[in-house]
Amino acid sequence: MFIFLSQFLVPVFILALGFFVGRAKERAHFKRIEAEEAELAHIKTFSIKTLPESLEAGATLVTGNTVIAVDAFKKLMAMIRMIFGGRLRSYDSLMERARREVLLRVKREADEMGADAIYNFRLEYSSIGQQPQASGVEILAYGTAVKYKASSNDSV
Amino acid sequence: MADLILTNLETVPGHDIITHLGLVQGSTVRSKHLGRDIMAGLKNIVGGELRGYTELLSDARQEATTRMVEEAREMGANAVLNIRFSTSSVSAGASELYVYGTAVILS
Repeated sequence: MFIFLSQFLVPVFILALGFFVGRAKERAHFKRIEAEEAELAHIKTFSIKTLPESLEAGATLVTGNTVIAVDAFKKLMAMIRMIFGGRLRSYDSLMERARREVLLRVKREADEMGADAIYNFRLEYSSIGQQPQASGVEILAYGTAVKYKASSNDSV
Repeated sequence: MADLILTNLETVPGHDIITHLGLVQGSTVRSKHLGRDIMAGLKNIVGGELRGYTELLSDARQEATTRMVEEAREMGANAVLNIRFSTSSVSAGASELYVYGTAVILS
């Protein structure tokens, strides 16, 4: 009986927990991301280096990072998928969440220092940890926050 | 650290570059500790952000940046331009955080 419990019920419980809690958390996260994106929409972000003419003197590096992991259920689905190859749908949303989250973090930092825009925005990825231990992906975002001169807010 | 201008642009609005002093860099290798690993392992069941790792990497990157800034200051720079970050995993569970840029004197 004990063997049955540990061999069968525990993994099923972990998968169910991953499926239900993971899905609820992902929805809550997307909801929060959307709310914050609307709130920080006034910070413009560019991946170019060329600056417009009318900027206040000075520039500040802003950085943001996050490590995000998939839940147990999605990981199992991905492992099954890897037998046949093809698109790993369950990892799509993971990367999207992480990317949008770091963009928000650099925008938040820029907003707090009173900047108007971020130039030379860059993303960098690294994978953290090994299977089957804690594994996830880190995304680092960085760029330079600048301030437009008061008279030229609409000149971009 | 606040008195040095740090940017990943090649110029700074409102300032001219007087002298290029050369490359400055800072690095640190960090490993996650067991307690964090166990917590992150549990967190892996439900997914989402692994906050322990986020903080760990962010602190480590901060330290690498501080080293770079100290080097720049010793050279007499007042800004570091074109800063790049680079992350590489040295072995399972350890990462090197590396940051580099060009030290300059601005007007």
